[in-house]
Amino acid sequence: MTPLPSPEEIKTLIEAGVPGATVTVIANGSPSAQHSLLLDHEHARAVAEFLRDHAELKLDFCSLVTGVDWPDTETTAKVKVKKLVAGPDGVEQEQEVEETRKTKVPGYLEAVYHLFSMGKKHGPVVLRLRTANRTDGTHLPSLTPVWRSAEFQEREAFDLYGIVFDGHPDLRRILMWDGFVDYPMRKDYVPPEDDILVTGVKA
Amino acid sequence: MDLEPIAGPGELLEVSMGPHHPSTHGVFRMDVRLDGERVVRLKPVFGYLHRNHEKIAEKGAYLAAIPYTDRLDYLCSMTNNWGYVLAVEKLAGIQVPERAEYIRVIVAELTRFQNHAGLVGFLLQDMGASGTPLMYAFREREKVLDLFESLSGARMMCNYMRFGGVRVDCSAEWLDEVRQLVGVLPRFLDEFENLLRANEILMARTQGTGVLPRELAINAGVTGPMLRASGVNYDIRKVDKYGIYDRFKFGVPLGEHGDVYDRYMMRILEMRESVKILEQALRDIPAGPVIDPKVRLRGLRPKVGEAYGRIESPKGELGFFLISDGSGNPYRYRVRPPCMINLTILEDMCLGENIADTVIILGSVDIVLGEVDR
Repeated sequence: MTPLPSPEEIKTLIEAGVPGATVTVIANGSPSAQHSLLLDHEHARAVAEFLRDHAELKLDFCSLVTGVDWPDTETTAKVKVKKLVAGPDGVEQEQEVEETRKTKVPGYLEAVYHLFSMGKKHGPVVLRLRTANRTDGTHLPSLTPVWRSAEFQEREAFDLYGIVFDGHPDLRRILMWDGFVDYPMRKDYVPPEDDILVTGVKA
Repeated sequence: MDLEPIAGPGELLEVSMGPHHPSTHGVFRMDVRLDGERVVRLKPVFGYLHRNHEKIAEKGAYLAAIPYTDRLDYLCSMTNNWGYVLAVEKLAGIQVPERAEYIRVIVAELTRFQNHAGLVGFLLQDMGASGTPLMYAFREREKVLDLFESLSGARMMCNYMRFGGVRVDCSAEWLDEVRQLVGVLPRFLDEFENLLRANEILMARTQGTGVLPRELAINAGVTGPMLRASGVNYDIRKVDKYGIYDRFKFGVPLGEHGDVYDRYMMRILEMRESVKILEQALRDIPAGPVIDPKVRLRGLRPKVGEAYGRIESPKGELGFFLISDGSGNPYRYRVRPPCMINLTILEDMCLGENIADTVIILGSVDIVLGEVDR
């Protein structure tokens, strides 16, 4: 078993090997300490090929592709604002007032790739790709042309999460049937009311 | 009598094999396009058993997912349990007592044995060896299931392992029963092998059929006996040394040609290696607790983070990827299903083969639809 370079070292290797690629190390607080690398869409394919073919890393085995849903969140923060407030004598004065402000943080869908090396017998190296949002910007570059093992798993992420993998050779639903419309693994999925199990009538 | 030809010369015929077909080992369909008897296209269609296993697990506590994992690959509930609890142990940093590690190895290798015996029986059944080999295999498998029943209370849905150990300790009598069984297994394997080794029909049907080249196997993420039949030395018991596998002496059988025959032999040889591991584990098993009493089984709340844990299940690399948001149930629970990923290259193996051979090629992949569809 060859020791695997740290995520920071891999980031340096990628940035030297694939010019222009942006890599962010995402720390993992669990005892497993499996940190991950967030890639940009434009260079993801080139980075994947680089990692697969690099003589020292040789990550020839993409074990797992996972879709993850991170819904929109709201953060509430108390902010001090200067405002004109009518004083007891009726004259408006500038005062500091506390206000709660809600900011909407847009969510995204994520594809997580766990890579190992069969030749060097090391791993995992974890890659992440994130979509722009959860509604109209759900495209990600497909890594199936680099690792065939992603073929069915990316189809599954498309089927259950609605991530559209550009460049996938055969992107169809895989577990749900073709006429199905929603994405059942999303956190806000609501099962249909007219479910045959509830009503006994086929929709 | 004049029969209208279904397909004229040069025309292709589309056949839907399954979903209810004895050769598909469950509800599984292959859309096959044929030129005469030769396969020119094959698309696997599955999902008939889909019940969104991953969503069910995300809705419940960490403990609640264990009985559901039994139902993934329903022939190998013990190894499914192990894959999941290993991932939780990595996520939460839980240690496992020595005795529990030994019991895990014993039940996992028994599982591997009964899975491979069953697979070989089914594969020979697919080739037309009706009944006999399968019944030989099932006779032996029944003995293993009896042991599982007396240990866990269930033959197939064992629900036996827990993060931090196993649910109940095994008795000295149970260990003696296992020793007795392991003592007679080599004889069964000899008998089983002699039944079909050098059988001309078996050779003719399997050698050179459904070849999976080494590079494609690696690139397509094929794991388990299928990968090793293509000559890649990759066994997670050796690579990760999870549990206590570094303490045992055992070999990793490798194939040369990656055809159906090699995949068949891989199972036979792996059963012998399992017997070796079982003998050593049964010799060395220490006394002691089987679960750390400080582990919170109910109400486990791992820190925010994620972990991927994997084991060498009889079918291949079985992994679980868990993301914790600090609450009592996993934010994301993902199974790496070896059966489904090994199906990725089914078409590649079948192209150019006869339609009758797709049955044995599929049989040599070793799929269980409970895991493919989840």
